[in-house]
Amino acid sequence: MTDTPIKDQAAHDAAARVADYEHGWSADIETDFAPKGLSEETVRFISAKKNEPDWMLDWRLKAFRMWQTMESPDWAKLNVPPIDYQDAYYYAAPKAKKTLESLDEVDPEILRVYEKLGIPIEEQKVLAGVEGARKVAVDAVFDSVSVATTFREELKKAGVIFLSISEAIREYPELVKKWLGRIVPMRDNYFATLNCAVFSDGTFVYIPEGVRCPMELSTYFRINAENTGQFERTLIIADKGSYVSYLEGCTAPMRDENQLHAAVVELVAMDDAEIKYSTVQNWYPGNSEGLGGIYNFVTKRALCQGNRSKVSWTQVETGSAITWKYPSCVLNGDDSVGEFYSVAVTNNYQQADTGTKMIHNGKRTRSTIVSKGITAGKSNGTYRGLVRVAAQADGVRNFTQCDSLLLGDQCGAHTVPYIEVKNPSAQIEHEATTSKISDDQLFYAMQRGLGQEEAVALIVNGFAKEVLQQLPMEFAVEAQKLLGISLEGSVG
Amino acid sequence: MISTPALQDLTMLSITNLHANVADKPILKGLSLSINAGEIHAIMGPNGAGKSTLGYTLAGRPGYDVTDGSVTFLGEDLLALAPHERAAAGLFLGFQYPVEIPGVSNVQFLRESLNAQRKLRGHDPLSGADFLKLARAQADAMGMDMDMLKRPVNVGFSGGEKKRNEMVQMGIIDPKLAILDETDSGLDIDALRVVGDGINRIMRKPDKAVLLITHYQRLLDYVQPDFVHVLAGGRIVRSGGPELALELEREGYKDLAA
Repeated sequence: MTDTPIKDQAAHDAAARVADYEHGWSADIETDFAPKGLSEETVRFISAKKNEPDWMLDWRLKAFRMWQTMESPDWAKLNVPPIDYQDAYYYAAPKAKKTLESLDEVDPEILRVYEKLGIPIEEQKVLAGVEGARKVAVDAVFDSVSVATTFREELKKAGVIFLSISEAIREYPELVKKWLGRIVPMRDNYFATLNCAVFSDGTFVYIPEGVRCPMELSTYFRINAENTGQFERTLIIADKGSYVSYLEGCTAPMRDENQLHAAVVELVAMDDAEIKYSTVQNWYPGNSEGLGGIYNFVTKRALCQGNRSKVSWTQVETGSAITWKYPSCVLNGDDSVGEFYSVAVTNNYQQADTGTKMIHNGKRTRSTIVSKGITAGKSNGTYRGLVRVAAQADGVRNFTQCDSLLLGDQCGAHTVPYIEVKNPSAQIEHEATTSKISDDQLFYAMQRGLGQEEAVALIVNGFAKEVLQQLPMEFAVEAQKLLGISLEGSVG
Repeated sequence: MISTPALQDLTMLSITNLHANVADKPILKGLSLSINAGEIHAIMGPNGAGKSTLGYTLAGRPGYDVTDGSVTFLGEDLLALAPHERAAAGLFLGFQYPVEIPGVSNVQFLRESLNAQRKLRGHDPLSGADFLKLARAQADAMGMDMDMLKRPVNVGFSGGEKKRNEMVQMGIIDPKLAILDETDSGLDIDALRVVGDGINRIMRKPDKAVLLITHYQRLLDYVQPDFVHVLAGGRIVRSGGPELALELEREGYKDLAA
């Protein structure tokens, strides 16, 4: 591990306190900051930095004015300290040299960041010519700006558009205009509105009609500038009969101060299209005393607009001090399918209020929800889910399974299901269990040769298996390790 | 593979004046026992005598607190080792009530366990293919379908299947000393024979030893012990040869309770 420049004693102390966080360190990259604080000037600065057209600036300003009239939501089972929105930076970009052709041109410091994270940049294998290496295109989001976008050529051949959202705004304004804010409306919620005003960058994907995306698309997020809120914006459009699998993973370096992350992800699937969206979230959760950590207030929603369309969300949430996140599906198309598979781990003082919304508007729409909550330490985990069936939606089916696993006796697991059914033909099933890792299980595994931490990891991975097996291979392995790491020190 | 020194006639396990508490209640009260390599010992005794406590204490279960005495295993201070280190040293406990681990296949469980032991012993991990070969051979030997090995550990297994699974695990792990806690309970006569044959096949070797904890004589019809001990009131109150088990079967434990 290379030495981190330590600016002052306070930062040094903070670093020492959280040194046990595996990914806790900070790289030295020149940052181009927007002025501190949030005002129309900030919004204009961001828009200007990104050479945005006027319509985009107007959209941002409209959102900013709207946001000023709104209030932070407080209905979740979370204890959120007041956030000083004026005490943060809203834009930080690695200094651009010029447009990059390949990874070689990326700032070596940035590449070192990825390496240190142990991120499996699968494309390295592909570039090195490793036989059979699965192709994963990485649109690397470092801080707020896409630094390197690769595989563009091969994707282009298939007609797939995979760009940073800033590029898409310039190059495909009509597509962006048509869908941006259509799935998650500007007024949707406090954090989404804020995102509309100040989003810095993110990913845009368009899969044309009948195209099966030739590789898994992947974005690694990383928060790396002190006091910089992260406002990612993702828009994925799957045209008729297309398919795409998108992976999103992230870790963050240690921070003493809380950092706000308020992303918006919008997905739309047309007739017979399918989107699989997988997330492994490992942002800094704060230290064992609950100091620091990321606030992760994310709005993710998919519109299953077409008939027989399908969207599947899979998430493994192990990081962040506070998680507020409900990846949802609006099932408008007849026979469309929504899925939500989630593992949420909280330890120490982490808080997570997460779940999904399945809105059944189309006929014979189906949804599956599998939520696995694992709580340890003094943490609290809540599953909050809505299943809504509209009056015209005949023949709807939903299956929900919520399982909670407790480690220790000072944590809390909560399940809050909302079911609203306006059509009598709907079949809704809800199953819930709560269990503890038993001493019997632990001792049995240890007697066979596993150390205590290994035994916990094994049992927890077994508990979460149904969800983990939904992940693409590369992610599944990473996620399994992550579950073990996240719960270290939680037993005994 | 490093060859192990000849263990025959070596003292494998030496328990001296062992005292152990469970929830502050004394259960073992000065138990002494010595087991040599190549020997099979049976421990019998009435309910509540401390038989299962002996197994758990030797395996290092948290909550079983040794208050006095010493135990050496292959010359090492057993009580200084953590449970998984005892396993890696060669101690296997067959559970009276094998535990279910949902979502974790037997294959995964055993491969991770075995490789964790190998790591502690400084050996390379077994490859997936080598492990499967080993697992298949051991499952076959116990008449267990490979499909069962792919199912989650003990989940939905009948009592007999769980006990049989313990023997498959023992075969795969290949321990030096097996402590088998009422492995015969809940078995019908056919299963009893299969389990008995398994114990003989895996453990009746000059460099291994077995401590059978049992209520009844019937398992001893299949696994002939060299020594039989009676545990009562937290101590060994009587020791003898196989004939002692038959005597106990006839006359019961009532005269022995301390």
